[in-house]
Amino acid sequence: MILRLSGLAGLLLLVEALPRLGLVADLPPTSRILTALADEAGTTAFWAAVGDTLTAWALGLVIAVAAGVTGGLVIGAVPALRAWTASTVEFLRPIPSVALIPLAVLLYGTSLGSTLLLVVYAAFWQVLVQVLYGVADVDPVADETARSFRFSPWARLRHVLWPTALPYVFTGIRLAAAVALVLAVTAELVIGAPGLGSVIAVAQSSGALPTMYALIVVTGLLGVAINIGARYAERRFLSWHQSVRAEMAL
Amino acid sequence: MRRALRLLALPALLFTVWYAASLGSENFYAPPLRTILAAFADTWTPERLRADVLPSLGRLTAGYALAAVLGVALGVAVGANRRLRAAAEPVLEFFRAVPPPVLVPVIMLFAGIGDGMKIIVIVSGCVWPVLLNTVEGVRAVDGVLSDTSRAYGVTGVARLRHLLLPAASPQIVAGLRQALSIAIILMVISEMVAASNGLGFTIVQFQRSFAIPEMWSGIILLGLLGFVLSELFRLAERFLLAWYHGLRDASRS
Repeated sequence: MILRLSGLAGLLLLVEALPRLGLVADLPPTSRILTALADEAGTTAFWAAVGDTLTAWALGLVIAVAAGVTGGLVIGAVPALRAWTASTVEFLRPIPSVALIPLAVLLYGTSLGSTLLLVVYAAFWQVLVQVLYGVADVDPVADETARSFRFSPWARLRHVLWPTALPYVFTGIRLAAAVALVLAVTAELVIGAPGLGSVIAVAQSSGALPTMYALIVVTGLLGVAINIGARYAERRFLSWHQSVRAEMAL
Repeated sequence: MRRALRLLALPALLFTVWYAASLGSENFYAPPLRTILAAFADTWTPERLRADVLPSLGRLTAGYALAAVLGVALGVAVGANRRLRAAAEPVLEFFRAVPPPVLVPVIMLFAGIGDGMKIIVIVSGCVWPVLLNTVEGVRAVDGVLSDTSRAYGVTGVARLRHLLLPAASPQIVAGLRQALSIAIILMVISEMVAASNGLGFTIVQFQRSFAIPEMWSGIILLGLLGFVLSELFRLAERFLLAWYHGLRDASRS
């Protein structure tokens, strides 16, 4: 634990020392970044920006997860559908979501819509592909047993497919949550939709360096919080599952 | 034959639907696909490709390669040393969590707006997934293998070459795959923010001058680029990790 903290302390000291010794010009020392952070935290504009970013993130993630899980289960459960859509999924998935930035600007301007478009597009594929992996992972014996017992399609989905796919769904959500934050901030930064990204752009163009660094630190902290939250949720909801049980026993 | 049909049927259908549905489109923002395709041929001429796409690809390759080398080298160093790993991990996790595009304004301060800036932006975003995956892979080297090689006096470079790197390579490749999509995003973003050539710059330029079919053709080109790069990556992975996939398949059946 002490070791873990020493790394962070070292980084903070380094950032404090480098500019003070005059080695780096465009980096304010830690203390000034922290002061700027404290100043920002006292303004309502800052919290509004954090709120905007988190709203876009959460909305986009919910839409992407809902669409990804539904689509994945439907495509995955029907072998024919899976075979026929595979090439299309493989083609659409690697299209970089930032390619849609110009389109988003034309369609939605600088409103929440353009951020959502990018966030949903990027996060959707992460979830869909994981759900497809998950459905493919169904134990054939379990599936055939369920068929022999004349489970209805709905019951098979509920009791065989869903429990198998769930760990994959959570992996997908974890990946999608991280990607969604990146795209939300990117859209705000490049397009100028309201949120942390656009506040960073303003701080940069007005030369308020400590504020800019403070805001970047905030985006990093949000990212860390999202990662930790996603991992916690995964452990909590999958506590019955083999992979998590094995980890906890250690 | 059936396989080819399966591969191509849905893309062909979607293409036809888009083509037919947009044929009489009056919508300024969604021009007919026919217009877009014509614009594609007119826009992406060999000169244009040389002037805009090649510089983009050059920066992408340079940044990605640098990030891969740095990430693996630092990752092995951190992963092989338990104390260093414990101290470095929180810092690394923080840097990975920072959305890479917010680093663009910072790096512009240090490196101006030239090619160097774009390459540094790509490196600064791509290095974390490679680094953290390498750390993870090196840490998880099989204990028996590690002890055996130590008992046989396999140390130093030989240990790295024959034990650590092969053992960590599946993880490293996973990190490289994540890094590839980040690299493409950062290539486009850095060119959209500050550049005088490149794919991202050109597409935004089309959008600002309301050259909508040309903009669409740029989006399609970017999509194709993403697809081709991910296919190339898959081929490379199949080649590099053939032994690993073979081993896994064998142990499964």
